[in-house]
Amino acid sequence: METLEQIKARAETAVPGARLEIIRNDSPSAQHSLLVDNAHAFAVAQFLRDDAQLRLDYCSNATGLDWPELELTEKVKVKKLVDGVEKEVEEVKKTKRPGHLEAVYHLYSMALKHGPVILRMRTEDRAEKNHLPSLTPLWRSCEFQEREIFDLYGIVFDGHPDLRRILMWDEFKDFPMRKDYVEPDDYEYEPTPHDEVLEKAKQHRPLSSAVDKDGVK
Amino acid sequence: MAPEISTGERPPRSYEVVPKTAPDGTPLESDLLEIAMGPQHPSTHGVFRMDVTLDGETVVKLKPVFGYLHRNHEKIAENVSYLGSMPYTDRLDYFCSLTNNWAYALAVEKLAGLQVPERAEYIRIITGELTRLLNHSCAVGFLLQDMGALGTPLMYAFREREKILDLFESLTGARMMCNYMRFGGCRVDLPAGWLEATKEIVGDYGRFLDEFETLLSGNEILMARTQGVGQLSAELAVNAGITGPMLRASGVDYDLRKVDKYGIYDRFSFRVPLGDHGDVFDRYMIRVLEMRESIKILQQALKDIPAGPIIDPKSKLRAFKPKAGEAYGRIECPKGELGFYLISDGGPNPYRYRVRPPSLINLTILEDMCLGHNVADVVIILGSVDIVLGEVDR
Repeated sequence: METLEQIKARAETAVPGARLEIIRNDSPSAQHSLLVDNAHAFAVAQFLRDDAQLRLDYCSNATGLDWPELELTEKVKVKKLVDGVEKEVEEVKKTKRPGHLEAVYHLYSMALKHGPVILRMRTEDRAEKNHLPSLTPLWRSCEFQEREIFDLYGIVFDGHPDLRRILMWDEFKDFPMRKDYVEPDDYEYEPTPHDEVLEKAKQHRPLSSAVDKDGVK
Repeated sequence: MAPEISTGERPPRSYEVVPKTAPDGTPLESDLLEIAMGPQHPSTHGVFRMDVTLDGETVVKLKPVFGYLHRNHEKIAENVSYLGSMPYTDRLDYFCSLTNNWAYALAVEKLAGLQVPERAEYIRIITGELTRLLNHSCAVGFLLQDMGALGTPLMYAFREREKILDLFESLTGARMMCNYMRFGGCRVDLPAGWLEATKEIVGDYGRFLDEFETLLSGNEILMARTQGVGQLSAELAVNAGITGPMLRASGVDYDLRKVDKYGIYDRFSFRVPLGDHGDVFDRYMIRVLEMRESIKILQQALKDIPAGPIIDPKSKLRAFKPKAGEAYGRIECPKGELGFYLISDGGPNPYRYRVRPPSLINLTILEDMCLGHNVADVVIILGSVDIVLGEVDR
């Protein structure tokens, strides 16, 4: 298989305007990944799937990641005038990494038996701007996995045919896999729908009228 | 010329709802019936629900509903050490605890760059293939149970499973929750006499399969119930990420033991059986044939297993902290591709721990396979997927 640099170069020529970035992975696995901008992600994914040399026809794994806002502290050596003499002083530099959510796709080729090519997409933030393009129209295997990411991480996939919660129940609030998720005090409490259900049942089948007509009370 | 890759759009429905009319043309105003199969239904192999819409006996819509067994395994794993999740992987697919262990150990070994000694690789292959025998026997037994062959085939399968579980018990101390693999090897060495006992059971297994097949493979009822039912095309199977015996029953040659050659699978000679119709019968047949191949692998491995250490001396069980980075490791577990995706931030717990469950993803096309078939066929189509809810819901 081609190197990730070659794939990146070819994808950038095939999809004009796409911004791709190689994310290095320093662990012994050396599985580096491609970060793609959201506007062109679908086109790049389609290129990866349909290109004759790659033919990544199989999306094995799709998963979400949560990176909350983080304060990085770094020790920097700065030259400073201390009592009129220039000295090298260590200073703690604080930078903020903005929080974001991420979706990761592991792509393989069943036809050519190679892989993985790892594709990543990032949302702008963890609150409202949590939309990403869905890759389910390209790979059906993402259908349940993207639903699961939506369910547990709260990433909204635009273009998904059936985006609902999958593992948690529909009324559930919040996203349990996020790092700042707080468990409720009582899992078991659920308001009983009993009265509502009875009300609905009355509308559905007006019992009294049916009884009246037959003259039995 | 290579076959065209599917666009991922839903195929046209094989069955359309047409308003029923009486012979004189007046509309009958018949209704569709919506029923919930499960979550407590003997055929769903656990707590799983299918909301089925029926036109008479025919399925026109089917929506699977998950989550009854969800305990957020991934979140729990993010809060314990790497080794702390090992016993919990047993509870994913509780039929195949040893292959679950293996997949997790393989992912961690990729993440931390650990080597596995040769003897441990052999033990992994032997236990992994025994797990495949056990799982496939039961899958076939349950499938026949779903078809209405109450009791007998399943009891025969369980009789064989029991022998393998006894082997697991003498090796690991537990029949089902084995917790046996470690990062860079295995937990304990083989007890005395274990190899001989295994050789005997493996040697007899072929006879069991012959008996099983004489009773079943040519059985007219089985053929009538399964042939042409729940067909799955190769294009859709690839696009929907179907793996394992289900994929190969559709005729796609993709077995990770051959493709990735993880462990030492490249040393053994075995074939990958393929189906050509992709129906329930092919899925039944593929499992039987795979068991025969597993026996071949086992016989070679049991003959060649060397002496030596069973765990990498560099691997640390306590205070195990892999370098920051990520790794995706996958193996061919009996139900399909089981993958673990791990991200380390340098700490003692994984930052992200993701299980790629074959059982869940193999259910993606359940509706496509069931449309236009009878309700009774839904039961065997689901049986032929071979799911375990512990893995579907995690």
